[in-house]
Amino acid sequence: MNTIHEALAPGEQEADFSGVDKVRVVEALARVLPAGALLYEAEDLRPYECDGLSAYRQVPMIVALPKTEAEVVAVLKVCHELGAPVVARGAGTGLSGGALPHANGVVLSLARFTRILSVDPYSRTAVVQPGVRNVSISEAAAPYGLYYAPDPSSQIACTIGGNVAENSGGVHCLKYGLTVHNVLRVRGVTIDGEVVEFGNHGPDAPGYDLLALAIGSEGMLAVVTEATVKLTPTPQLARCVLAAFDDVTRAGDAVAAVIAAGIIPAGLEMMDQPATVAVEDFVHAGYPLDAKAILLCESDGTPEEVAEEVERMRAVLEASGATEIRVSRDEAERLRFWAGRKAAFPAAGRLSPDYYCMDGTIPRKHIGAMLEAIEVMEGKYGLRCINVFHAGDGNLHPLILFDANQPGELERAEAFGAEILELSVEFGGTITGEHGVGIEKINQMCSQFTRAELAAFFRVKAAFDPAGLLNPGKAIPTLNRCAEYGRVRASGGQLPHPELPRF
Amino acid sequence: MNDQIQEWRERVRRAASSGDALQPRGGGTKSFYGRTLVGDVLDTRAHAGVVGYEPTELVVTVRGGTPLAELEAVIAEKGQMLAFEPPHFGPTATVGGCVAAGLSGPRRLAAGALRDYVLGVKLLDGRGEVLNFGGQVMKNVAGYDVSRLIAGSLGTLGLILEVSLKVLPRPVAEATLSFELDEAQAIRRLNEWGGQPLPLSASAWYAGVLALRLSGAEAAVRSAVQKLGGTRVDDGEAEALWAAVREQTHDFFVGTGQSAGTAESALWRLALPSVAEPLGLAGEQCIEWGGSLRWLRSSASAEQVRARAEALGGHATLYRGGNRDGEVFHALPAPIMAIHRRLKSAFDPAGVFSPGRLYNGF
Repeated sequence: MNTIHEALAPGEQEADFSGVDKVRVVEALARVLPAGALLYEAEDLRPYECDGLSAYRQVPMIVALPKTEAEVVAVLKVCHELGAPVVARGAGTGLSGGALPHANGVVLSLARFTRILSVDPYSRTAVVQPGVRNVSISEAAAPYGLYYAPDPSSQIACTIGGNVAENSGGVHCLKYGLTVHNVLRVRGVTIDGEVVEFGNHGPDAPGYDLLALAIGSEGMLAVVTEATVKLTPTPQLARCVLAAFDDVTRAGDAVAAVIAAGIIPAGLEMMDQPATVAVEDFVHAGYPLDAKAILLCESDGTPEEVAEEVERMRAVLEASGATEIRVSRDEAERLRFWAGRKAAFPAAGRLSPDYYCMDGTIPRKHIGAMLEAIEVMEGKYGLRCINVFHAGDGNLHPLILFDANQPGELERAEAFGAEILELSVEFGGTITGEHGVGIEKINQMCSQFTRAELAAFFRVKAAFDPAGLLNPGKAIPTLNRCAEYGRVRASGGQLPHPELPRF
Repeated sequence: MNDQIQEWRERVRRAASSGDALQPRGGGTKSFYGRTLVGDVLDTRAHAGVVGYEPTELVVTVRGGTPLAELEAVIAEKGQMLAFEPPHFGPTATVGGCVAAGLSGPRRLAAGALRDYVLGVKLLDGRGEVLNFGGQVMKNVAGYDVSRLIAGSLGTLGLILEVSLKVLPRPVAEATLSFELDEAQAIRRLNEWGGQPLPLSASAWYAGVLALRLSGAEAAVRSAVQKLGGTRVDDGEAEALWAAVREQTHDFFVGTGQSAGTAESALWRLALPSVAEPLGLAGEQCIEWGGSLRWLRSSASAEQVRARAEALGGHATLYRGGNRDGEVFHALPAPIMAIHRRLKSAFDPAGVFSPGRLYNGF
């Protein structure tokens, strides 16, 4: 069969794009894009130098701002022909540097694709352009009693194209799934300018499940130009149970007990004492500050269903040794319970000049052990860490506090973070639950996968992008990079969007 | 690495160098599905057993050759289930075959498809390499989602050695209602109900009767029963009905695929937007998944069936019977077919695994 890909052995080493001729690329793009859709002067390029992970910055060679699919096709054809790398970009809120530009490449911004093409309450689907913000879909569907379920913390700003690229989650994915469970169809363009559709408006598509491959592919396989998403009936009611524990391991065990009782909460979050103290100061959520850990356990559905489930939750949490249980009496109180959880990131920002957010996922049973290990690491690295978890699905967001102006602190924070990720892999988990690998966690990919597996990923990429021009250097480390890894630790990240809630 | 896997690795490498084909096969209950099988049988049942199961993690990891019935019994003991209700099509069905076929049953209406529950796979690829993708956790975005690519790939990308599946608690309460409705009315009602917060978990329309299953908390099921009306079906009868739909032993399916080659006995599977209008093709139908899955026995030609599915925004599969040497799955657009060929080559460059089962030529 095809022996070309064998001979190429993709992924051995970083590709070299230093020969890309800026003048030629600008001239060629200017022929296919209208005025104002092409940026190449230094001062215009600066705003694109980073995404939500601002510790990594790189001014791109060129920024293209197409407005139609035909223009996207034309841009990709030019880049393909001239061998220029392409980095697709949505709102730039990603936390792993997935949209970090390439010095010799083109940033393909989908910011002008902002139209909701249709919202159909009868089929419970919406067709949207990639630059539509996540929350806008739910707003457009709300009059029909429907919403789009995945709710990443940046949902007021992040766009659906970026959600597809990262397979974004949120606080409700235990019950309602990730992006991959809520997107029915993606239309996009491959690097050679072919328009392709993955999935369709029915329950499945013929052949291999390319939709699953495309979702979470970090812009490495195709550029999204349209998505069809599933809309879910809005639950009539939601109530939240707050449970306090005098021991973190007991809180971790309570999470397991809730699941063992056959309950799938709409949300199940955990915060340790340093986290509750930090947020209480900030938003006055009324958390019990003497508790070593608290759980927030949400039930949604019909009023009858919620009443029944809340009683079951209460019984399990009591039996698990909760020292205090409160059930939200009204929507205002429910939102107050959540306000503290959602304020964890800004609260960390108030405690410390800088913080570094991790995103490992582990089997739930190791939550207690992970918290103990993190406590030991706090001593080892001389840094504080506050812990907020999407406990229901084992997704951890430890926030390591540091001050980049103190010599050595950034490096210690990075080493601290890397150790948490490697421990996540040891516990049978993963280095990233929902933020993506991007550039940030690319070295830790070497700990999670073998050479043969990384080679397989590169061959998957080559099946869509044989020339390796879409977002090169992200998500999957080259074998060379892994060989060097050990001492090379990437630098950490701060958040450049302080206005966005992060949870 | 255990001896069995080592032996298979060597066998795959030999086949790759000699140009021979292998077909992974568990209980053979789904051999009818896809194009005609070629190659020496590689019996996956030699590698069986539940590797890890912790009910509180909602994850079970199991070897490919494990009987599906055994897996379901193990998790049922803890009050859990495979929410996508995969069809067995016989007592010998294996987990590996189930994942390779990628088929889901009645509960797919609300719970999602098999691929939605695949968290990780261990695969023996066409180079004889053992590769792990995904894992045992719910949220995992490290690397491409190859595990879900393997689901439904019909053994063409490699041998599934092990798979991790998300499991869910069995619902506390269930009830089945029946309604006398014609095809168009049934489709309309199903889509209207689908937009409301109702605990729907399965639907099947056949011969003017729509059966609707509700699953969830006691209170939710009780209030939905009151709200929806219809006739309550006896619980024992309902259980038998859903099992018959899932396993295709229901009256509608009996006789399909029996005498290969005759158009009338062929069973078509049309996957369409749930709101698609009635097919308007000759023959009998059974409609599942809220209107999005239409089973058809028809004297219409393959071209007519496929053209109609496409016009309605979906695709048609020649599920059982008919000519299995021709294409049974819907034709792919050229750029998508090119990606398929390259993906096949990425995992199985010598074309060892189940060549031609999905599409002619790879």
